[in-house]
Amino acid sequence: MEELLKELSDLRGISGFEYRIADEIEKRFRMYTDDVHRDALGSVIACKKSSDPHALKLMIEAHMDEIGLMVKDIDENGFITFVNIGGVDPRILPAAEVIIHGTRDIPGIIGAKPPHLQGAEESKKSVKINDMAIDTGYSRDAIADIVSIGDSITLAQSAGVLANRRFSGKTLDDRAGIAVLLEVLRNIDFDPALELYFVAAVQEEVGLRGAKTAAYSIAPDAAIAIDVCHGVTPDNAENAFEIGSGTVISIGPNITPAFQKQLVDTAQRHNIRYALDVDGGDTGTDAWAIQVAREGVPTTLLSIPLKYMHTSVETIDIADAEATAALILEFIKDFGREEEGFCC
Amino acid sequence: MLLKRLCEENGVSGNEEAVRDLIYEELRRYADEVHISSIGNMIALKKGRSSEKRVMVAAHMDEVGFIISGFTDQGYLKFKKVGGIDTRVLISKKVTVGPQKIKGVIGMKAIHLQKKEERENVPEVQTLFIDIGAKNKEDAQNMVQLGDYAAFDTEFSAFGDGKYKGKALDDRAGCAVMLDLIKDTYEYDTYFCFTVQEEVGLRGAQVAANAVKPDIALVLETTTCSDVHGTEPHEYATQLGKGVVVTFMDMRTIMPAELVDWLYRAAKEAQIPVQYKNTTMGGNDAGAIHVAGHGVRTAALSIPCRYLHAPAGVIAESDMEAMKNLAALFLRRINEVI
Repeated sequence: MEELLKELSDLRGISGFEYRIADEIEKRFRMYTDDVHRDALGSVIACKKSSDPHALKLMIEAHMDEIGLMVKDIDENGFITFVNIGGVDPRILPAAEVIIHGTRDIPGIIGAKPPHLQGAEESKKSVKINDMAIDTGYSRDAIADIVSIGDSITLAQSAGVLANRRFSGKTLDDRAGIAVLLEVLRNIDFDPALELYFVAAVQEEVGLRGAKTAAYSIAPDAAIAIDVCHGVTPDNAENAFEIGSGTVISIGPNITPAFQKQLVDTAQRHNIRYALDVDGGDTGTDAWAIQVAREGVPTTLLSIPLKYMHTSVETIDIADAEATAALILEFIKDFGREEEGFCC
Repeated sequence: MLLKRLCEENGVSGNEEAVRDLIYEELRRYADEVHISSIGNMIALKKGRSSEKRVMVAAHMDEVGFIISGFTDQGYLKFKKVGGIDTRVLISKKVTVGPQKIKGVIGMKAIHLQKKEERENVPEVQTLFIDIGAKNKEDAQNMVQLGDYAAFDTEFSAFGDGKYKGKALDDRAGCAVMLDLIKDTYEYDTYFCFTVQEEVGLRGAQVAANAVKPDIALVLETTTCSDVHGTEPHEYATQLGKGVVVTFMDMRTIMPAELVDWLYRAAKEAQIPVQYKNTTMGGNDAGAIHVAGHGVRTAALSIPCRYLHAPAGVIAESDMEAMKNLAALFLRRINEVI
C-alpha cells in the first residue's frame, strides 16, 4: 500500500482541476473492472457487478481533489500572486515550494518581504496570503508565456516514509481514501453479493459537490464514505485520534445507526482495529452530502487519523488505511451470508 | 554538479564536518597545505610566487538549522534554532536529523483546530516539534541522540531562467567560488579559509584570521536580496541577476573605502556586472576578520540570495560568475590593493 499511497499523493489536482489526475485514477480502477465512467462533474465511478441481478447497491466513496492555490495575477517583475482553493493554512506557505500548472509545470517558491524590512510587530504576525507571491525565477515576459491567471497551483512537497510505517506527504486527505478504494477493489476476487460502486469524487474541499451528484446518479441502497480525521499531535488532543488507532467509525446524525453497528460488528468479528468518533452534526465529509441524496441514503463514514491536516506534511499510519480497507472488504464478504441486507 | 552536492550536504553551525570532508576532496589536488583547526576551520594554503605577504580569502561552510534539545513522551523531537531563522518559514517543512539523515517533518495542528489568535500570530518556536514517526520517547531515542543537528530537507535544482534554488546557498555558493579560485596561482601566499560557525557569531573566522595573520582579506558571501513582491525599489538591498555585490558597510564592518572603490571600479572596467549593497543591515565574517590581531583590511563580495535562511534560497548563476570573476581580478592584481 506504501507505493500506492506515494503515487496517489504525488498526483496534482486541486478542486475543480481533477481532470488533471482523473485519467490516472480511472486507469487504476480499470485494472479491476471494465465498468468505469465519469459523470458530468468529473467524478470517476467504477462498478463491480454481482451475479445476482437483484443485488443491492453499495457506494464506497473517497474524494480525489486536494486543497491548493490559484494564480490571481502576475506582477510587473514576474511574481505570481494567488488565492487559496479550499482551506489552506496560510501559516504553512512562507518559503513553501509549489508547482504551478501552466502550459507546463513550473516550480516556484513562495516568498514574502524579508525580515529586515518588517517592523517588530509585523514579524510576530502570520503573513497574509494577500502579501505573499510566488517566485519562479522567470521574468514577467517569460512567465506570462507559460502561466495564465486562473491556473492551478499545488504544494510541491512529496511524500516520504517516516519510522514505523508512518507516511508523510501532501494530499493524504483524501488520496489515502482513494488508496483504500483500490485496495478493496484489488481484493474482490469473489462474486460479491452487492453491486459495488467505487467513487473518486471531485470538489469535496469546496463543498462536497462531487459526492452529491455521484450519489444521485448511482442511487445506492447504502454508502460508505472514506475520509481522514484529525490525529493527536503535541499541540492538540481534542477531536483527534492517535494515529495507529485503526479505522475510525463515525456516530451521530450524519450516520445511519444500524449500518454503523453492522460495521462495528464486522470489525469485532474479524479483529480489525477501530475507534469510534462521535460527531454532533456535520462530519465535514462527503458523508454529509451523500446522506441526503435523492430520497436519502443510509450512510456511514470511516476515517483514517491524520496529523497536520491541510499541510504539505500530512502524516498517517499506513496500518490505519489497511484497517479501513480490511473492514470494508470483510463487510462485503460477509454481506448476505451472516446478515440480512442493510440494517437500516 | 559541485554546488548541488555542497548544498545538499548538511553542515549546521557546530557540525560542519560532512561539508568539510566534501570540500577537502575537491581542494586537495590544488592546495599546497591543508590545516584543520580545533574549532573546525579548514585552511588551505596556495603558495604564491612570493611569501612576503599573506592574503586571506574566506567563505563559511556552516548553514542555519536546528539542534535536538529534547524528546516528548510521545516521541516527538524538541529543537532549538541554530542561527537566525524566521519561525514563520518552519511550519510544514521537511528536515533531516542527525548523521543518518532521518526524515522528519515540522507539523502543527490543522487550521480547523486553531483559534483566531493562533491563526494570526506566529507560534513560539518552543511550541514546535519534529515528527520522525517514533512511537514514544524510547523509540525516538533509539534513532536520534540529544544534541543531534537537523537541517532543512531541500533538493537543489536549476530554477527559472539561469537561477538555482536550494538550501544553504548561504554560503556554500561562496565555498564553491573559492574552490574555483584555488586552482589558480597568485602573487602572494593565499590562504583559502573555509570557516565554521558564521551563523552563530562569526566565530570560525575570528580564529582563522588570528591563525593566518593576513595582510589583507576578502570575504565571499551571499547577502539578502529584497527585490521581491511587496517591496518598493528603494527597499531593494540588492537585485538578483544584477551582478556581484560590493558592501561598503554593514552592521559589523565599515569596509576600507579605497578597497570598495577599487572593487567597484575594477568590475566596471572589466565589464563584470556589479552593484552596491544598498542597506547596512546584516553582517558576515568580515566583521570578525577586520578586528582580528592588529586589524586586517577586509573587503566583502556577495551573491544576492533571495529567501536567505529559509528552506529554499534562490541565486542567479550570472551573479555567482560575476563574484568569481571579480574575486579573481582582486587576487591577480593584489599588488594594487595590498
